Amino acid sequence: MTRGPTWFNITSLVVGFSFLYLPIVLLVIYSFNESRLVTVWGGFSTKWYVSLLQNDQLLDAAWVTLRVAFTSATIATVLGTLAALVLVRSGRFIGRSLFSGMIFAPLVMPEVILGLSLLLLFVAMDTARGFWTVMLAHTTFAMCYVAVVVQSRLVGFDKSVEEAAEDLGCPPVKTFFLVTLPIILPGVIAGWMLAFTLSLDDLVIASFTTGPGATTLPMKIYSQVRLGVTPEINAVCTILVALVTLGVIAASIATKRQQVQRERDERAAFGDG
Amino acid sequence: MAKKSIGPVRREFSPWENTDHPPFIEFRNVTKKFGDFVAVKNLSLKIYEKEFFALLGGSGCGKTTLMRMLAGFETPTSGQIFLDGQDLAGIPPYRRPSNMMFQSYALFPHMNVEKNIAFGLKQDKMPAAEIEARVAEMLRLTKLEQFAKRKPHQLSGGQRQRVALARSLAKRPKVLLLDEPLGALDRKLREETQFELMGLQEDLKMTFLIVTHDQEEAMTVADRIAVMDKGELVQVATPSEIYEAPNSKFVADFIGDINLIEAKVTEKTEAVTKLVSVVDGFAIECDQETEANVGDTVWYAIRPEKVRIAHGQTEPGVVNQIGGIVWDIAYLGDVSIIHAKVGEDEHDTIRATFTNVSRMVENPIKWDDNVVLTFDRDAGVILAR
Repeated sequence: MTRGPTWFNITSLVVGFSFLYLPIVLLVIYSFNESRLVTVWGGFSTKWYVSLLQNDQLLDAAWVTLRVAFTSATIATVLGTLAALVLVRSGRFIGRSLFSGMIFAPLVMPEVILGLSLLLLFVAMDTARGFWTVMLAHTTFAMCYVAVVVQSRLVGFDKSVEEAAEDLGCPPVKTFFLVTLPIILPGVIAGWMLAFTLSLDDLVIASFTTGPGATTLPMKIYSQVRLGVTPEINAVCTILVALVTLGVIAASIATKRQQVQRERDERAAFGDG
Repeated sequence: MAKKSIGPVRREFSPWENTDHPPFIEFRNVTKKFGDFVAVKNLSLKIYEKEFFALLGGSGCGKTTLMRMLAGFETPTSGQIFLDGQDLAGIPPYRRPSNMMFQSYALFPHMNVEKNIAFGLKQDKMPAAEIEARVAEMLRLTKLEQFAKRKPHQLSGGQRQRVALARSLAKRPKVLLLDEPLGALDRKLREETQFELMGLQEDLKMTFLIVTHDQEEAMTVADRIAVMDKGELVQVATPSEIYEAPNSKFVADFIGDINLIEAKVTEKTEAVTKLVSVVDGFAIECDQETEANVGDTVWYAIRPEKVRIAHGQTEPGVVNQIGGIVWDIAYLGDVSIIHAKVGEDEHDTIRATFTNVSRMVENPIKWDDNVVLTFDRDAGVILAR
């Protein structure tokens, strides 16, 4: 049953998408504003992008953010993958439900509480706060997301493939690296990308756990906005939006292409099979 | 007159008849429990070198568990398993000299056909040149040469099945374990592959152990079949013995089609047992001894193809002859199945089949015809209740 779109459908679509994207579109438009005043249109210009390149503070913050995101995403991926493996593979063990409940708790825990508790921990441990504490904090919460993503990949995994490897003489640890990991790799990569993005745009936990010399980009933007929104901030945000959009589009094109290729292969196989 | 034997003889191979012959695989009082569920119950079984052995049974009968214990994926709760004289207890799957072909094929999706086949050989640290030669041999054996560079998802079901077979044969295991290997193939391909498997087994002179729920498959490929039910062996024998001389109502009913007639023993001598059917009172004489006493009720089991059917009436005083009315006819092309009503109740029927040897029949059997069913004295078997 196919029908043309009704007026109701079209209206809902327009309203829904405007609600989602109008603020972002405004932000992008005003980043090309000639005028210093954010709310007054003074003609088209790219001067704020040029001045951005000379703003060392913002560039420093961006560099810190990237380093934190990269390191924390990598560690979180290793830990999260291990956690997912235990949850899916070990069958029943004492404390399994407690463990699985605890690994997902940070997903629903208010960030303020997570940040505060981490801050208290770092103070109690008497560690100097900075790059490492932010990185550890991000690892902590990103790990749960990785565990969820990898777990969903593992649930659909045919365990007999691992059994086949062992049957052919491959010990368990080697089996993991030769067989299991390559098969769940898309899940692991997706988990890493999710962790990277989460770390990139986190403000609350970073502000709790950071120290001098380790200001992340979201923190920098937030503190500047409190002194008044400048078109420069609009420019930074536009770049961020563009980066994220490019990433998402690239990822979906890659997946789509893989799927099309796979379907074509399967059709070919059954054609001459 | 030569001694009668059951069915055609495929090859002169019967080490199981010699009690001194050492078994190649032995299950000794093996029990496997999953919680409260007993999957395998105190089972003992001997399988001989170069034998093609089938474990046959319905789902949940313990056949797959038995095979997985041999491969090392399950540990017996009690009992021992020996392979070539070696106790397998405590030996992990990756050190056992058996290889398995999985029901789902379990091919490595990220490796091409060649790499799948070479995987086991690489684990043995075999020199690269030898690996290459062995892989080429396996590709030739399974007719997969032109697919060597393809990934599993680029293959059809039948091709994947052959890759799985090639991979499990590549290491020349002492025993090849086949877990429902042909379940996913269509009928024609399955029959073809059954004969290919038999040929391979003969050529490679390996011991094959197959798990299947398909009785035709088991009867086609195996030297001996073990029929399993509820974790226990019901009968272990050659396919023809299982079919012609089942040892219980379960086996008779499970393998092929059979008429089961409830009958009372009226007279017994050393070689002949006389019976009378309980429901309709016709007389049966059978060239078989029975442990049942006179007056006991037993099952008289007779295969439909051993019942002859013709137009006519019964003659008084003749045994192994039953009168009936044709109730239903199924024409299958090669054979026809007739359901003849022999009593008052419409379910009280006996099935007879005959091969359609000629295309045209002068006086065909029709619905409601009066027919007479006859059978030989050695056509049926007496089974205890």
